[in-house]
Amino acid sequence: MAANKKVLEFKKRREKVLQGGGEKAIQKQVAMGKLTARERILAIVDKDSFHEYDLFVEHDARDFDMDKKTLHGDGVIIGTGAVNGKPICIFAQDFTVAGGSLGVAHARKITKIMDHSLKMRMPLIGINDSGGARIQEGVNSLAGYGEIFFRNTLASGVIPQLSVILGPCAGGAVYSPALTDFVFVVDKISKMFITGPEVIKTVLGEEISMEELGGARVHCEVTGNAHFFAESEMECFEQIKKLLYYLPWSNSEKSVKLETALPNKSYDITEIVPEDPRQPYDVRDVVKAIVDNSEFFEVQELWAQNIVIGFGKLAGETVGFVCNQPLVLAGVLDVDSSDKSARFIRFCDAFNIPIITLVDLPGYLPGVDQEHAGVIRHGAKVLYAYSEATVPKVSVILRKAYGGGYIAMNSRHLRADFVFAWPSAEIAVMGPEGAANIIFKREISSAEDPDEMRRQKVEEYKEKFANPYVAAAKGYVDSVIEPEETRKVIQHAIEVSSRKEIFMPRKKHGIPPF
Amino acid sequence: MKKVKNPCDNNESCKALVIEGTEYRTFLNKKFEDRKVWKAPDPKMIFSVIPGTIITLYVKEGQRMNAGDPLVILEAMKMRNVVRMPADGSVKKINVEEGNRIPKGHLILEID
Repeated sequence: MAANKKVLEFKKRREKVLQGGGEKAIQKQVAMGKLTARERILAIVDKDSFHEYDLFVEHDARDFDMDKKTLHGDGVIIGTGAVNGKPICIFAQDFTVAGGSLGVAHARKITKIMDHSLKMRMPLIGINDSGGARIQEGVNSLAGYGEIFFRNTLASGVIPQLSVILGPCAGGAVYSPALTDFVFVVDKISKMFITGPEVIKTVLGEEISMEELGGARVHCEVTGNAHFFAESEMECFEQIKKLLYYLPWSNSEKSVKLETALPNKSYDITEIVPEDPRQPYDVRDVVKAIVDNSEFFEVQELWAQNIVIGFGKLAGETVGFVCNQPLVLAGVLDVDSSDKSARFIRFCDAFNIPIITLVDLPGYLPGVDQEHAGVIRHGAKVLYAYSEATVPKVSVILRKAYGGGYIAMNSRHLRADFVFAWPSAEIAVMGPEGAANIIFKREISSAEDPDEMRRQKVEEYKEKFANPYVAAAKGYVDSVIEPEETRKVIQHAIEVSSRKEIFMPRKKHGIPPF
Repeated sequence: MKKVKNPCDNNESCKALVIEGTEYRTFLNKKFEDRKVWKAPDPKMIFSVIPGTIITLYVKEGQRMNAGDPLVILEAMKMRNVVRMPADGSVKKINVEEGNRIPKGHLILEID
């Protein structure tokens, strides 16, 4: 009987803590169109798989009457569970408890689950919904953030780290998501910024709403800080599960191998790319004509759209795609697209995901804004990322590959394993018009009809150099292939390069042009 | 290769973009369309490099000044920044008064 009484007391205690910030605070949370922290976790993990830890953790702050306050769970829920049948670590900040503010006990709970995820080698999902540092705890809350950032960095490249922003995430708090691999945001709910609209208004006199400053759309379209945009929390959770279906659980594992499935017949690879290199098309259709089931999971779909990155399955195994997108800005490389692709290449390399590069670009975007924004440094990231990557690297040059763009897009010279080119490929030092203007400058200017002469010389150059055979003659291109062979050829190339051995000079780490 | 559908056909938001002499048909993104066109700086125009408040105005229109002489104090981020004369010359036109809050890139004064 005595045991029963203790069990009852335990149940009572648990019941109390599970209420989080209480009825009123929960109603407020719901009124904002948000789920509660616990609902969020349960919506992400597989049914009945969630196990919570540190439910009874309490803070020991004394100043500002904090010793009289009980904060259930100290404003954060941590635990383990499963997604797609495989174990994961998860934490969710509870905005109903003191605004989800981060004190030292709160931070310790988070770092505990982070340590688990690294030690036990499984992905970490962090749900952020917090007003920021718990001011009453002073420098202790800063220490808490620091401990989290440090662990994000240690775990980087070992386990996948996913951040979900489902509320405010301001000041120092934003740096944990920024250090993780993928950031998910939801329209009208997610807000991220270093200094809020109030401070900006007081100090600088600039007036801007929270949504315009750091809403979900801004981070998906303008800053590139977020990777996945969703209209609702439930849509966001589906995206998380879908992404995890492509990812390996750690850098020493492979992702789940599925049954091979052919691409959908409605994507005819011979009917997507126009012959004229100046005409656009959607390169995602080419990807869909290559991958299993024509299923392509795009990353950062709304930012730097002139390059397309994402995951697909090829013969059941995960592959990463990096593709120039002629539909937007003619597919040029610029500051943002370099940044976007370089980081993705490094993610794939860290997690042993083969990289397929589809090349069709006229070069770099000209402009003072680009030069002054440091396109040299950002563009160099692409060279660095490709050169450093040791996973199977296969390129297919669909049409144009001019100048520096040719080198950057996983060329032979950056240790690509295989480079293929379609018959429509034009691999040259620059586009025919530009090249003819320089090489035949004298002939053109001294001609009776300079325009006619220019046209002739452009044709002459096209005939001689705008093809894949000059590069193939040097072995820079391994094979010229027909478009319909693409899937088969890539699949074989990845298969044979999957057991390659790469020798790197001994070093602590390189210094990429961050 | 077969004749394929061109996404630019009958689509007015498809624009021309010239890269190294070749004109490509493509869609532009917002960032590209909103980019600032670069203008050569005019040393006779003194702009604010940061938003803030004019705390002190040292000069009058027509006044002759030497290079390095203080023109105004612009307080921004709790710092008092002294804006100085870039070269010898005279103050042609003043566009601010003491106490004015000005945005970044505001023309404070013109010199001759």
